[in-house]
Amino acid sequence: MSVTAKIRFERPDFVLDAELALPAQSISVVFGVSGSGKTTLLRSLAGLESHTDNRIEVGGSVWQDNKRTIPTHLRKVGFVFQESRLFPHLKVAGNVRYGMKRNGQDPSGKYFERITRILDITDLLDRFPESLSGGEQQRVAIARALAIKPELLLLDEPLASLDLASKQKILPFISRIRNELKIPVIYVTHSLDEVVRIADWLILLDSGRVVAAGPVNEILTNPDIPLMFRYDASSVLEATVQERDIEHHLDFLTGDGYSLWVQSSDQPIGSAIRLSIAARDVSVTLSHAQDTSILNILPAVVESLSPDGESRTLVVLRIGSQLILARITSRSATLLKLEPGLAVFAQIKGVAVIS
Amino acid sequence: MSEADLGALFVTLRLAFATTIILLLIGTPLAWWLSRTRSRAKPVIEALVALPLILPPTVLGFYLLLLLSPARFPGSLIYDLTGYSLAFTFSGLVIGSVLYSMPFVIQPLQNAFSGVRQETLEVAATLGASPVDAFRSVVLPMVRSAYITAAILGFAHTVGEFGVVLMIGGSIPGETQVLSIAIYDHVESLEYAQAHTISGILFLVSFILLFLVYTGKRKSGMMRL
Repeated sequence: MSVTAKIRFERPDFVLDAELALPAQSISVVFGVSGSGKTTLLRSLAGLESHTDNRIEVGGSVWQDNKRTIPTHLRKVGFVFQESRLFPHLKVAGNVRYGMKRNGQDPSGKYFERITRILDITDLLDRFPESLSGGEQQRVAIARALAIKPELLLLDEPLASLDLASKQKILPFISRIRNELKIPVIYVTHSLDEVVRIADWLILLDSGRVVAAGPVNEILTNPDIPLMFRYDASSVLEATVQERDIEHHLDFLTGDGYSLWVQSSDQPIGSAIRLSIAARDVSVTLSHAQDTSILNILPAVVESLSPDGESRTLVVLRIGSQLILARITSRSATLLKLEPGLAVFAQIKGVAVIS
Repeated sequence: MSEADLGALFVTLRLAFATTIILLLIGTPLAWWLSRTRSRAKPVIEALVALPLILPPTVLGFYLLLLLSPARFPGSLIYDLTGYSLAFTFSGLVIGSVLYSMPFVIQPLQNAFSGVRQETLEVAATLGASPVDAFRSVVLPMVRSAYITAAILGFAHTVGEFGVVLMIGGSIPGETQVLSIAIYDHVESLEYAQAHTISGILFLVSFILLFLVYTGKRKSGMMRL
């Protein structure tokens, strides 16, 4: 079930003109600064904005074209807003069931149980929204949106108003949703950290226009896109857990043409996990250092060099079939005579296991 | 209480119930529209609805008399079309009371509706609720206490009206004679004992109704709304 859309929305001071073609069963993250039109894009997809000239097709059915517009309540769209917007007069269970009754779901069947379990809210069902913490409220809001079995799930900065602990608790649920329910998810954020954690597909929005769209790591490591010059620039890798060194709390992972040691996670052997490597944690050497504390030293090939205009240079390195970013000083780049095609070693000081 | 006074009590209750029900029915869409619209007509409608708050009831009664009387236009037109003359009838009283008590029903409803955020309705739409469904399943439960307030105020204010009834209802026992008129008639005839009884009853009933409104307000402040 894929999503294609052409959204055009005009106001005197703002024009949104975006074309999307999103892969099925994936998390597409729309990333941009505030005012770039992210929220308007989501609202248009849901049919919450009037005065739009759109064409929206979800999983083969047309939601909107120049002939007709299906109203919001007849679109199978789950929408999670920045604030939870729970119905204050209904308990948690009532909130989750509200949309089920209206979308042909059995409000007390297996699906209700499954959703409340995925979002870990089974203990909250009898409480009123006002007695919940912000993180709990947002989990209920996500459950409520999922309960209608939407054909498309839209999340508008759902974590923006939460503290770090709640954020880290909720993000894994969103990846679980994609894996278990197999629906396309569009997630709006202005946090690169959230992009790195959950995005399969990344869409960059700027002043109402799509400036780049593609698989997340392709966008993160594309020298033509300014994301890599951010302080928190990172790249994303997929790898498989091969073995576990229990004594040192380390897992040995392999990806396509490379292997890595990372801190043990709770994932079983054989599972696929996602890693992120910050550009600032990667350095480049010409020979394989033997007397070093760094565990992960991988053979790599320089793909491109992009000076940031000040003291740093961003180096895109290929390890196996994957691209990662390294941030080094421009002085080092010159001393090492780095150039595209040169074989080097990437010393990776830190790898974050995301899921 | 004499039989005539009991008759007046019965007319008063009938009038107050009919007026309250009609006002809740027409007040709901009107108050909803006022709470949502950005139309330039909004302040005009709001001012018209609020007029009975400051207009002498006799002014409203005078215009209604002209409207309902078969002797002259436009009342004559109504008479020609329907064959009914509404002046000095119970139906005429209901029309007058609906206009006279309207702000007491519209304003609490409009205030409560304004407190229901557009965002809440958007959520209901994304969950599959049509606008009417969302109104019934989300808005109404959220503003329940405002309906109670509106109904009590509309009812009590209708019980207490005098000027409009005097102008268009007269004092026909069993038809248009309400309690407030009965008091006036008793005082005119120096029957102070009867006037005392009815006045006392109205005083108590009015106090109890208002007490209920304010108790309800305090409770709803503590309730999850």
